[in-house]
Amino acid sequence: MTFLIKGGLVAVVALAGSVSAVFAQTKTLDTVKARGTLNCGVNTGLAGFSAPDDKGQWGGLDVDLCKAVAAAIFKDPTKVKYVPLTAKERFTALQSGEVDLLSRNTTWTMSRDTSSGLNFAGVNYYDGQGFMVKKSLGLKSAKELNGATVCVQTGTTTELNVTDFFRTNKLDYKPVVFEKLDETVAAYNSGRCDAFTSDVSQLYSERLKSPKPDENVVLPDVISKEPLGPVVRQGDSGWANVVRWTHFAMVNAEELGVSSKNIDEMLASANPEIKRMLGKEGDFGKGLGLENDWAYQIIKGVGNYAEAFDRNVGAGSRLGIARGQNALWNKGGQQYAPPIR
Amino acid sequence: MTDLPISVEKPRRSIVDMIYDPATRGLIFQVLLVVALFALGYEIVTNTIANLKKQNIASGFDFLGRTAGFDIGQRLIDYAPTDSYLRAFWVGLCNTLLVAAIGIVFATVIGFIVGIARLSQNWLISRLALVFVEVVRNMPPLLTLFLFYFAFLKTLPGPKQSIQLPFSSVLNVRGLSLPMPIWQPGSWLIPVALAIGIIASIVVGRWASARRIATGQQFPVLWTTLGLIIGLPLLAFLAAGLPVTFDYPVLKGFNYQGGLVILPEFMALLIGLTIYTASFIAEIVRSGIQGVSKGQKEAAAALGFRPGLAMRLVVLPQAMRIVIPPLTNQYLNLTKNSSLAIAIGYPDLVSVFAGTVLNNTNQAIECIVITMGVYLVISLVTSFFMNWFNTRMALVER
Repeated sequence: MTFLIKGGLVAVVALAGSVSAVFAQTKTLDTVKARGTLNCGVNTGLAGFSAPDDKGQWGGLDVDLCKAVAAAIFKDPTKVKYVPLTAKERFTALQSGEVDLLSRNTTWTMSRDTSSGLNFAGVNYYDGQGFMVKKSLGLKSAKELNGATVCVQTGTTTELNVTDFFRTNKLDYKPVVFEKLDETVAAYNSGRCDAFTSDVSQLYSERLKSPKPDENVVLPDVISKEPLGPVVRQGDSGWANVVRWTHFAMVNAEELGVSSKNIDEMLASANPEIKRMLGKEGDFGKGLGLENDWAYQIIKGVGNYAEAFDRNVGAGSRLGIARGQNALWNKGGQQYAPPIR
Repeated sequence: MTDLPISVEKPRRSIVDMIYDPATRGLIFQVLLVVALFALGYEIVTNTIANLKKQNIASGFDFLGRTAGFDIGQRLIDYAPTDSYLRAFWVGLCNTLLVAAIGIVFATVIGFIVGIARLSQNWLISRLALVFVEVVRNMPPLLTLFLFYFAFLKTLPGPKQSIQLPFSSVLNVRGLSLPMPIWQPGSWLIPVALAIGIIASIVVGRWASARRIATGQQFPVLWTTLGLIIGLPLLAFLAAGLPVTFDYPVLKGFNYQGGLVILPEFMALLIGLTIYTASFIAEIVRSGIQGVSKGQKEAAAALGFRPGLAMRLVVLPQAMRIVIPPLTNQYLNLTKNSSLAIAIGYPDLVSVFAGTVLNNTNQAIECIVITMGVYLVISLVTSFFMNWFNTRMALVER
């Protein structure tokens, strides 16, 4: 019953919100500036991407993007109001204007980008869907999962990918679909399912949280492309630019060796690329509707992409995920940012 | 009251008088209200459509014909990922109706037993019933579902250590696997025999009651009916040469394959909804029985009825008049509460349609409107049936 009410509310919000969205449509940046805070939609709890710590402070790779956008606009990365959203609620919350920016491990797909009133502003994490199973099963590949029961969380591309995977390989499986991640994982941990499927980053994070991490293993198969990135409403390209270039600034900073630690020394750098990025040359901030030191504020307040990755999901975190696909383009990965020029 | 005739005496009625006339004024305001409501409704719908278009969000019901592409864990009708969203909708709806229908039957039976037990002369029985009612109905239904679901998952063993039950049934954390009967040619005799049995019992029942009223002689209707309804199909089953084979569940790979599988999600949902609703029905039944005046029971006793017979023939039929309307309410509640299923992974309508389909199509408004419409129709049909039943059960007042 409450779910129906919730669903109904979502619909009502969509109805009512669509009225206000017309006004918000053109100038999200002005609305955010006037409000003084950025409303950022994040995951309700996904270690490494967005989760509150024991003091209630939000942290993670997706949260860092919210902070970076706030730093670029307000020169203060703390001016963010985090709105935790389930997979099911996220798009409606964005469409209706409840959040300005959705930074919530969201897969960039064609239908979402073109026919849902959404606009993807980049990829801040290249992911793929995989399977986690009990080590005791002794599986080597996901293709050995014939006849398995698989736990899935609803409201994601995951459900479609897993069906496609089993269909293409002519295997049989039984899905058990839950609304919330916690119940999905609890069901997997208590043996209801043979496998738990989700994005690989999420599997690592859940493996760590499980009572006995060593008893679970993430299978090597990656069955889908999951480019995760920030999303904004369609029809406001100015605002999309702000979000897109915030991410690019972090990637460019990594490439140029500018980090939160050395940035004040870098202000004196003779490298024209660094000078342009940090606002010493040209007026690139104006095109975004921001101050010229926008990128300086991002790197000073949040750090470059490598710092954010390391601290949240990489070697410096409990997850310990390798850079892999998310390394810079010149280091064998796919993170590539157009030049600031 | 005395003022009224004076205004009637006025011969000519100007427009001003008409406005001050309560009946005319009432009519004007009602018409205005209806027009305003329609205008508001029209404005909401057109505005929504216009805004969806402006934001480039797809709208309309075309998506129902598109390929669904996802799988569903429990299906009563044939369904494959290559079927349409509409087909997935029917699968979800069937799952909702299944749990609601079975839940209503069990909740009624348990509710009546507990409700009558609450009034038992036996101290222990009445206290136990009281504790059941107070504990269960004061818990949120969602928690009840979680309690049963995770209790199942934590206590039941994995497929390889399954509990073996009689008739080759197997119980494990993946559910209860039963042998599935596969009917062979010749088995059509059985439903035919059952139909004949039911018709014959109705005829016997009518005849027996007519004879009792005429002559006062009793006839063992209960035993005859049982014999007809169970005995006849059994005879047909034997006569057709046992036309049935079974598909037994077999451990293959990860899990038991084959047979009829009752999912733990279904069991948890059914038990949770049943006992939650039963606790309310018990209170309704108790108040219904207590609402029948004490004199009725005493009169029955004076006529020599034993307490059980007095309850069955005198008190309960009168209590039903009080019980049925709130009972309808509980049936509707049970059906609506079944939408909590998504929390424990049972693929009901809300989970499949307002969940997965909504997310894959991003057409929130259409999906929610359809889902709300379905619950509305189910509720209206249920209350229509219960109202009809209520009219049937109502005693003719003398």
